[in-house]
Amino acid sequence: MANDTPLQSPVRIVREIPHTVSPGLWALAWKRLKSDNVGMVSLVIVAAFIAMMIASGTGLVAGDWAKESGVNYAPPSFLGADIEGGTPAAPGVPAAPTAPAVEYKSEVVDPLADVLAEIKGEQKPAGTDAAAASAGDAGKSVDPLADVMADIRKDARSAPAEIVATRAATLPFGGDKWGRDVLKKTIKGSETSIFVGLAAAAVATLIGTLFGALAGYYGRWVDDFFNWFYSVFSSIPYLLLILAVAAVLQQKGTLTIILILGLTGWTGVFRLIRGEYLKHKAREYVQAADAIGASNGRRMFVHIFPNVSHVVLVQLSIYAVGFIKAEVILSFLGFGVPVDVVSWGSMLNEAQNELILGKWWQLAAAGTAMAILVTAFSLFTDALRDALDPKLKGLAGA
Amino acid sequence: MTAYIIRRVWQMVPTMLGVILLVFILFNWVGGDPAYVLAGKISNQEQIDNIRRQLGVDQPAWVQLWIFIKQVLTGDFGASWSTNEKVSNILATRLGPSLTVLVPLLILETIFAIGLALAVAYVRGSLTDRLVMIVCTVGLSISILVYIIVFQYFFAYKLGWFPVQGWGNSFRENLFVFSALPILIALTVSIAPNLRLYRTFFLDEINQDYVRTARAKGLSENRIMWIHVLRNASIPIITHLMAGLPGLLLGAFLIERFFSIPGIGREVILAVERSDFPVIKALTVYVAFATMASNLLADLMYKAADPRVQLK
Repeated sequence: MANDTPLQSPVRIVREIPHTVSPGLWALAWKRLKSDNVGMVSLVIVAAFIAMMIASGTGLVAGDWAKESGVNYAPPSFLGADIEGGTPAAPGVPAAPTAPAVEYKSEVVDPLADVLAEIKGEQKPAGTDAAAASAGDAGKSVDPLADVMADIRKDARSAPAEIVATRAATLPFGGDKWGRDVLKKTIKGSETSIFVGLAAAAVATLIGTLFGALAGYYGRWVDDFFNWFYSVFSSIPYLLLILAVAAVLQQKGTLTIILILGLTGWTGVFRLIRGEYLKHKAREYVQAADAIGASNGRRMFVHIFPNVSHVVLVQLSIYAVGFIKAEVILSFLGFGVPVDVVSWGSMLNEAQNELILGKWWQLAAAGTAMAILVTAFSLFTDALRDALDPKLKGLAGA
Repeated sequence: MTAYIIRRVWQMVPTMLGVILLVFILFNWVGGDPAYVLAGKISNQEQIDNIRRQLGVDQPAWVQLWIFIKQVLTGDFGASWSTNEKVSNILATRLGPSLTVLVPLLILETIFAIGLALAVAYVRGSLTDRLVMIVCTVGLSISILVYIIVFQYFFAYKLGWFPVQGWGNSFRENLFVFSALPILIALTVSIAPNLRLYRTFFLDEINQDYVRTARAKGLSENRIMWIHVLRNASIPIITHLMAGLPGLLLGAFLIERFFSIPGIGREVILAVERSDFPVIKALTVYVAFATMASNLLADLMYKAADPRVQLK
């Protein structure tokens, strides 16, 4: 009896070893990531933002963000409608929605703001017009981009009854200059900003990986050439390069901004991937691939690439954060997405003038949404790097 | 040493030529014919031909490239397309205001970031350390735009502690009145990433044997941190500072724009808005040159910080 147990267990272990498949890099990384609470929470937040982006892109949520569902600068519901000193109390007047809505706007008194004065100035002639049209006119007077506003006005006029009927004195998270729901607008803005960030990160990583692979794998003059190319690009500060390209490319568009960010931002990943390929190309498994007659391209992308792909993934994540921030700044300055596309940057641009009028909610909404996503994404990137970094592999297993 | 500098400068030549080529291709081909950009709305064929001749765009490509190289070497980029001011004059006059903001900023930022990072690294792993790191991570995630908008609104517009924007003629007034809030904002924004980075530099050093030896000798903690650890961590800090230097000149462009400071960064924004190609071209080439020069300077400073460094 006593002899059986010690005899059996080593036999069983020996027999079982061939059956256990040693976990691969990705399985190990996933296990490590799962044990990282901060990493998992931030992964869930990032995934939620991306799900929101897809839902908004396919029109499931915030499809009607452009609808002017509240009065101009409708305050958030939790504040109540009356926050402007000189404004007559507007809440609880659902009986005749058209007239109060116009009065509410025209009697706003704020001597400090020329923007508001402009609205007021344009408001008087508009007041004689039909009440339904005045909303569009008020918006137009402030916006120098008459074309876009004309479109919006045309849309508004096509269904005036609906617009007028649904104008509310307050909105859950407030309204913007045209009375659009800030919450829906933020969701729509997230869609643009996150999409641009991810797409540009994909472009930059793709270029950087390709160049890095070629330079590291072939070495010699190919390496020299790409290194020269790298030093040229990296000697121009990143923002200046982006602005120079933005100045040259006259047309604005989501695709343009993705290309600008992607084509100028590949240098970081290039350097890392080149180093990895230099290291890997002399390893035995690559020599073995050579021996069985694998072509250069196959060795580069089928054999070596899976072994450096974790570096690529971490870089992709780092880039996404950086490009989301860059897109916001570019769109803020007006070099990013076109005016009829809403992004966090364009929202912050509007918020800048709104704050002086005391309308802080658009700034808060766009700023908070961005801060949450970027915090979660950076923490997730850190967790991902810890989970995938080969240097820490031995430490984490011990 | 001299041989090293000469060789490094020599190595810059191909990179510099690459930058010139890149800018040349970007502005002469990617964006289409520059003559059309300059002519703008009031364009008939005759005017465009005239402008093309003036700009030299009707010449073969290698002649155009030679014209551009000559412009870079002589520093004469002609006149701005929108204001007709000489480009060299624009760059010279805008540098002063930028430096008025940036030099105090850089000094304050370095002192604060290093001091705080040393303090946090000293109490590593404690609750304070974690809290500071969380605050830094969250602070980093808020857009710089939000900081500027909110700070400008509260401190300048609401409380009236600082002028909302503007720039005067006397250096004293510019530095102490108009630059104060921009510097405060830039300091708030830039301290979080630097603090995080420097903390890891110090943490790398703090567990080294020489620190234990210093402690065993009975040196005070102050001396260990400020003399021993700081000096050893100074190489990555110098790299970081010098690499960011030319970018800082532009990085402040948002602040210069918000506060109407007539500096280099604001000039870049204006030039991009107005499609003022000569100004952008000149700035890109010279800032690239400044980047290379500051990289060289960083390498030379390593030698001063750490005598073991061999310049080869």
